[in-house]
Amino acid sequence: MSKHSIQAVNDFVIKFANVNGSGSASANTLFAKSILRMGVPVSPRNIFPSNIQGLPTWYEVRVTEDGYLARRGGCDFMVAMNPQTWDKDVAEIEPGGYLFYDSTRQMPQSKFRADINVIGIPLTEIVNASYTDPRQRQLFKNIIYVGALSALLDVEVDVIEQLIAEQYKGKEKLLAPNIAALHMGRDYAIAHLDCDIGLKIRRADKVGDQIFVEGNSAAALGAVYGGATVAAWYPITPSSSLAEAFAKHCKKFRITEDGKARYAIIQAEDELASIGMVIGAAWNGARAFTATSGPGISLMQEFLGLAYFAEIPSVIFDVQRAGPSTGMPTRTQQSDVLSCAYASHGDTKHVLLFPEDPHECFTFGAEAFDLADRLQTPIFVMLDLDIGMNERLCKPFEWDDKRQMDRGKVMTAEALEAGKDFGRYLDVDGDGITYRTYPGTHPTKGSYFTRGTSRDRYARYTEDGDAYVDNMQRLLRKFETAKEVVPKPVITKAAHSTRFGVIYYGSTSPAMHEALALLTDRGLHLDAMRIRAFPFSDDVLDFISAHDDLFVVEQNRDAQLRALLINEGAIDPAVLTPVLHYDGTPITARFIANEISQKLKALHVAPLHAVPGRRVKQENK
Amino acid sequence: MTYLAKPKLHHPKLPLNKLGYTRRDYEGAISTLCAGCGHDSISAAIIQACFELDLPPHRIAKLSGIGCSSKTPTYFLGNSHGFNSVHGRMPSVLTGANLANRELIYLGVSGDGDSASIGLGQFAHVMRRGVNMTYIVENNGVYGLTKGQFSATSDRGSKSKRGALNADEAIDLVAMAMQLGATYIARSFSGDKQQLVPLIQGAILHQGAAFIDVISPCVAFNNHEGSTKSYDYVREHNEAVNFLDVIKFRDEITTEYAPGTLQEVRQHNGSVLRLRKLHDAYNPSDRIAAMNHLQESRARQEISTGLLFVDGDPTDLHAAANTVDVPLNLLDDKALNPGSAALAKLNASLR
Repeated sequence: MSKHSIQAVNDFVIKFANVNGSGSASANTLFAKSILRMGVPVSPRNIFPSNIQGLPTWYEVRVTEDGYLARRGGCDFMVAMNPQTWDKDVAEIEPGGYLFYDSTRQMPQSKFRADINVIGIPLTEIVNASYTDPRQRQLFKNIIYVGALSALLDVEVDVIEQLIAEQYKGKEKLLAPNIAALHMGRDYAIAHLDCDIGLKIRRADKVGDQIFVEGNSAAALGAVYGGATVAAWYPITPSSSLAEAFAKHCKKFRITEDGKARYAIIQAEDELASIGMVIGAAWNGARAFTATSGPGISLMQEFLGLAYFAEIPSVIFDVQRAGPSTGMPTRTQQSDVLSCAYASHGDTKHVLLFPEDPHECFTFGAEAFDLADRLQTPIFVMLDLDIGMNERLCKPFEWDDKRQMDRGKVMTAEALEAGKDFGRYLDVDGDGITYRTYPGTHPTKGSYFTRGTSRDRYARYTEDGDAYVDNMQRLLRKFETAKEVVPKPVITKAAHSTRFGVIYYGSTSPAMHEALALLTDRGLHLDAMRIRAFPFSDDVLDFISAHDDLFVVEQNRDAQLRALLINEGAIDPAVLTPVLHYDGTPITARFIANEISQKLKALHVAPLHAVPGRRVKQENK
Repeated sequence: MTYLAKPKLHHPKLPLNKLGYTRRDYEGAISTLCAGCGHDSISAAIIQACFELDLPPHRIAKLSGIGCSSKTPTYFLGNSHGFNSVHGRMPSVLTGANLANRELIYLGVSGDGDSASIGLGQFAHVMRRGVNMTYIVENNGVYGLTKGQFSATSDRGSKSKRGALNADEAIDLVAMAMQLGATYIARSFSGDKQQLVPLIQGAILHQGAAFIDVISPCVAFNNHEGSTKSYDYVREHNEAVNFLDVIKFRDEITTEYAPGTLQEVRQHNGSVLRLRKLHDAYNPSDRIAAMNHLQESRARQEISTGLLFVDGDPTDLHAAANTVDVPLNLLDDKALNPGSAALAKLNASLR
């Protein structure tokens, strides 16, 4: 054992280094969930390759009684199960941290570090003695290490047993062998290891009624509650699980008594066909969506312009990954902001929503369909891999049963029959939003030709410049209306009045909250604004004008949201300082706090005063 | 310009169909295509087919891509909703529309550039999926709107108006539709309305993926000596395998036919396709034999026309997706929304 050992209760990072395809994922999730069930928040992250079998994969669990759900960085306890990445994994452990490994094979001393604590358990030897089937050996090895960890970290074993029982409900045959494997590991650790290590889990009451779910699944559930009936998609990481979750939710909620589907899901031949189907379905009065990622957005450009110009409601879930091109397909970024905001050739602008977590993925997922119908335009829900493909602790989903679908301005057969003047592009209310009819509404009235070519207010083809400008101006008016109906920003005031502000959005949220606490500890006070939608409402611009210097924190190289703010809000670029993190890993509080501290130092800002204790505690006073 | 509407006045004694509409009620705006364009004949055939079938015009949705052919939906069925989408992508838009409302009749109109070049992928996949539609390709072997470039259906060795020889192999969309599982496949000629109108009617009544390749000469760029899509060439090489009469519901056979010259195909919705055989050995219910025949006649430089293949009991995309009978676009909150109680249960399962 090293001289120094990290001592922490309910506040550390444990990382599992595994081989892709070895069945480790379910054991690792089991471990994370057992801590949650003990009332201690966790925030796990999959760090995985673009591969099915054989390449390294990691599962990082931040145990955080304070509820800081961002990636922390660093690793206090490494479960090193992958010989390929051994050196890197060992190097990553914080001094005084712990290395847990399979000690069946002797390792040379040079493969270890003097400043860490090493815990060896002969996992292969144990499984080989107990199982003959190679697949069983592999799978149970994972459960055995969970058992050993429960002894080392004081995870309550009956909590794990309960979770295993829930997992194998209806498949009881598998229950007993899993419980046996769990105890095999636990008993070995108790008998042979010194379990009195510095990292411990202690039962707490910090989880409350929160739920633990992936953003993609939550967004798909939002689509179910939002009334989507048609989904068309093309497989692409990290969005495929959104479409698959929609199928799963629909099987549960949308099958009639006689076994028929109140939905249709098409796996299209490519992203062009996906968005084409969405546009066709939405034109015909169904609520429709696609789920994709950056490369898909690139392919959809032409159709997105059609949907903008012909004013077809459509919903696009963009689960962003690291670009450009194929980039790092299994790593996270917020780098599609501009390509979505201005998707397609010609003058176009689109509505974007930025959910911060699965709770908002659900809320915005449902809201997007109302917005699409109300505004008759594409709505982009901008997730990213970090919130899409990781289970995240968040507020439970909420739904008001009084709420009904807002189908926007649709002219009915009765209104047409009553002689109401119908012009597909006729702005009767002055908000830029015009009435539409669904195909097949009335035998002689209300039909029109939908096209991507220019037309007059009655949808008649024209190349007349005045009519074209009239239409383009109305589309701008509609975008103004959009500002009023999209989600407003969330503003968090600093404890002390300050001329500094920070702007952030999407999955940066938990890291930003934690960074604000770190900065407050350093006596640096900033008001914070989380932008939740584009176009920017007046509140966004008011916040900016109320501060002298602002930081814009983003997970891309080119400060894309900052560019959008400068362009659309006519903001002086000098007041917006970018803080950019784009290596594909989720942004951390440490990174944000350090960047902002340094930049403030460069501006010669003296800390106001050192505040004892953290910002959160201070607010509670 | 295309926004010129035709005058509404018409002869008071124009015949009415069972819905009380005249043929004029199925027309659209005045065509802006070149005088003599084959496409205008196809528009006229569509108008006649719909009028004779007594279809309510507003229950038809007409969709197209980009190109001369894709402009034509403006020139027929003025009381139908139309969608002029993007180049080569009509099939996906039609597929989505069909999913949203299974009760409308879907008419997709495209061209050889739109379907065989830029849209070959979507053409293939819409056939594979068995979308219930009538898909007409107005095939002239040339890009008209951009002034005479070869398209992907131009035969190898055919000559352009400027004298260039086409070096590339032609894509035969009929052969592709055969292989990809379309359940009603025909070829016709814009200059033969007698043959074309019943083929369109049969396609509309067919409850699956129906494809008609209509050779439609381009008078401006592809109607010269050396073209294989000119009026003269097609007339000389046309080999009709059968002649179709479409009967909405079975009626008595009043005409005498020589034994073995008449074949009937009953469709799922009760309509009957009555085929007069013009080619002894041709059996349009046998997909593999049809494919062989097509290849052989093509080798002889003949253009097989008529109803080339039909499956009397097709399935479609809705059957595969097992969707409810009610159109998806009519489902209300109650049918779609699981509500707060279900959500509370779901929340509980995520703890």
